[in-house]
Amino acid sequence: MEQQHEHHHHLPHLELGPSEPTHTQFHIVSPKTYLIIGACLLIFTASTTAISYVDLGEFNAVVALAIACIKATLVVLFFMHVKYSSKLTKLTVACGFFTFLVLITMTMTDYISRAWGRW
Amino acid sequence: MDSHTLAAQTGEIGHVEHEHPPFLRHHFENVAQQREAATFGMWLFLLTEIMFFGGLFCAYLIFRNWYYPAFVAGSHSLHIWAGTLNTTLLIVSSFTMAMAVHAAEVRHRKPLLAWMIATIILGCGFLCVKAYEWHDEWVEHHVPGLNFNPATLEHGTKAYPDDNLAPDMAQKTSIYFSLYFAMTGMHALHMIIGVSLLTFLLIRAWGGAYTSGHIAPVENFGLYWHFVDIVWIFLFPLLYLISRHQ
Amino acid sequence: MSTIVSLPDQSTATLPKVSYLNKEYGLKSWLLTGDHKRIAVLYMISITLFFFIGGAMAALIRLELLTPTTDLLAADTYNKVFTAHGLIMVFFFLVPSVPATIGNFCIPIMVGAKDLAFPKINLLSWYLYIAAGIMMICVLVFGGVDTGWTFTTPLSTHYLNTNVVSAGLAVFLAGFSSIFTGLNFIVTIHRMRAPGMTWFRLPLFVWSHYAASILMVLGTPVLAITLVLVVLERTIGIGVFDPSKGGDPLLFQHLFWFYSHPAVYIMILPGMGVISEVISTFSRKRVFGYTAVAFSSVAIAVFGFFVWAHHMFIMGISNYSALVFSLLTMLVAVPSAIKIFNWSATLYKGSITFETPMLYAFGFLGLFTIGGLTGVFLGSLGMDIHLTETYFIVAHFHFVMVGGMLMAYLSGVHFWWPKITGRMYPEGVSKLAAVITFVGFILTFFPQFILGYLGMPRRYAAYPPEFQVLNVFSSAGATVLGVGYLLPLLYLTWSLKYGKIAGSNPWQATGLEWQIQSPPLTENFAETPIVTHEAYDYEWLANKTRNEVQTVG
Repeated sequence: MEQQHEHHHHLPHLELGPSEPTHTQFHIVSPKTYLIIGACLLIFTASTTAISYVDLGEFNAVVALAIACIKATLVVLFFMHVKYSSKLTKLTVACGFFTFLVLITMTMTDYISRAWGRW
Repeated sequence: MDSHTLAAQTGEIGHVEHEHPPFLRHHFENVAQQREAATFGMWLFLLTEIMFFGGLFCAYLIFRNWYYPAFVAGSHSLHIWAGTLNTTLLIVSSFTMAMAVHAAEVRHRKPLLAWMIATIILGCGFLCVKAYEWHDEWVEHHVPGLNFNPATLEHGTKAYPDDNLAPDMAQKTSIYFSLYFAMTGMHALHMIIGVSLLTFLLIRAWGGAYTSGHIAPVENFGLYWHFVDIVWIFLFPLLYLISRHQ
Repeated sequence: MSTIVSLPDQSTATLPKVSYLNKEYGLKSWLLTGDHKRIAVLYMISITLFFFIGGAMAALIRLELLTPTTDLLAADTYNKVFTAHGLIMVFFFLVPSVPATIGNFCIPIMVGAKDLAFPKINLLSWYLYIAAGIMMICVLVFGGVDTGWTFTTPLSTHYLNTNVVSAGLAVFLAGFSSIFTGLNFIVTIHRMRAPGMTWFRLPLFVWSHYAASILMVLGTPVLAITLVLVVLERTIGIGVFDPSKGGDPLLFQHLFWFYSHPAVYIMILPGMGVISEVISTFSRKRVFGYTAVAFSSVAIAVFGFFVWAHHMFIMGISNYSALVFSLLTMLVAVPSAIKIFNWSATLYKGSITFETPMLYAFGFLGLFTIGGLTGVFLGSLGMDIHLTETYFIVAHFHFVMVGGMLMAYLSGVHFWWPKITGRMYPEGVSKLAAVITFVGFILTFFPQFILGYLGMPRRYAAYPPEFQVLNVFSSAGATVLGVGYLLPLLYLTWSLKYGKIAGSNPWQATGLEWQIQSPPLTENFAETPIVTHEAYDYEWLANKTRNEVQTVG
């Protein structure tokens, strides 16, 4: 408003708190990294399919899901740049998976214990 | 500690002139703030997507525990080669999309166009394979609600001669296929939306819209595309792989 | 009553020449606007419309329940009427009420920004709301829907011949409208704050909207996928919720309440934000325990995701699971209680004045406390078995939603009305309306606690004759309540033209939105403000020689 001309007077007196700007330095990931990650993902895909032909009993599911988690983590960290992103982005991703786990685990408290003592 | 940090424009205090490119919208202080806001908004949207698919994954987990033999038999009827091929296509498309974002970042128009076209082609390839599989399931009467007939699942196939389900358990394979179609269908819907958006971006990129510093649309589309890839990374083992030996 | 506060003389106040209301004219300038303030006004008009449609349904319900027999409405018509009342009030009024109107208007200004982060998405959110609203009205016109607002399976999927699919899709669309609002708020609060506006300088209104937005973003998509599955179940019979095909109706309940319990906090948290602002302003004191109130909002949001199965205690979920959920439900009462205690402590030794928003806020404090405490009754396993599906539960959530949220909404509308329109509402009649609303509310819903305790079930058009006296009380109260809601509609509309000019800060409040002109400029601030004072710092306000914020060019 009318103070436009005098704003420089205010500047020295500003109490802006600890100055720690949230500016992220936008990091450009090199094509080489993308190539390595892409290759890793393809190798994991090949191996998860191959392992599914080996009979590991219950561990087939464990291994397949572990590999899927590793692949997803690689995509999130590198292709989606989370490794180079602000804490806020990391927190957002964590928040999503946390709420998903709440949905699953709290629902399962019902399904797991529904028939307790009745088998 | 985020709590005492300032909003983005702190760095601008005592500035001289803002950089004011045409794509900077009036309510943002500077390009960095606009780009950060857009990316954060995209991440929040992806959170909603996690929870959207989350409901389906939750249902899958419960019914797999309830009707284990039916889920095994249902899984056996899928083509593992098609699933592997599609996973490969999607992973390569994620790579090409990452390269497209990189091309936009370093402002190279032709590579950007090439990587985008490659991504579109791979995405369409995925959808074609998926359509082939769905057609196959239609022919085998595996579509719940429309033409489902569990008879084909009561007896073992050539690959899995030991699959012999009691008739009531064979009936439960309809739950497996319902979730299969709901999950792959929702995923394919996201793919179709993705390919359409990417085509739109491609047209704009042709005129050089994203190679003059305005990379947020390409970058955020990339996030979406990778997310859709991640969903498939989990669908692939859950639907195709983990029951091969049961 | 004497106070140490003198409010500014409004006789000298003038309307600013340029404001967001008169910068552009014409329908197009409103329907294609990106301005958060105009979108807030659009939302306010739309939700008022739906509030009165939902209110008309409530009137029909109370008329039918005047007598023990089904004389006004047939039983199945009654089902459609209470379903319409529930769906419209929950999804088309309560969820968007404070956030999409007052929140939309105030949050960018409170954080010192020119607009929300994504103006187009904000507009899209309103269009989605309108599309959903039109679908909902079509549902009502073409025969209605009688599932109850909860879409309970297998009733909704197998046993009804009404418009379940279109009602489900309408709610689906309304859900995305709310997701986009929440997403916009979170990004704005994180990324658009003015220099110096740290997290702990934000008004508590912003904190509570932040918490509610988290719930919108994380909860609503689960409702969306659940409704998609219900629609697929009903149209082609996929069987996921159908016990005859091996599906599980309880899974529907889990997924539905995973959203719909947090949705209760989506509805109440923004109202709590309004109360924080109003109580502080009219006690001229910083909110007692600012940090505790701020974090209690976030705690409510987080705990809100852990308690949903208390809606399912009698539905056949595991006893052990019910035990866990009951315990966690007790926990969520703690942050709500923290808020009530802190507001009371804010009043202590404050310079309290009794303007209309403050009267509504007092109404909120009393009614919400009763609503919250009866919620603890319902959360405890033994009591719930006796009380659930009775009028006790109806009274409970109306105390929270109508006594709490609607009071807060009206409080907020009166509080920010001078800012939104530049004019004051008439003080005398509005105080009368606040008192009428409070009395009418108590008369309507308190008898329902007794009815429920005596065992009158909800959702029936007829009831045993011994319940009639209390039902007559309730219906009579509803009439009073109706007057209480029609009055603001009339005098607020009147005040648009004839109200006194308000001036920029009629309440001597400290928020950034009160330091700019009323109604604000389209850009909110001529220059980006620099914030050097804490929230609710009345000394800063008193020491300020001029009513302007420091700015940086």
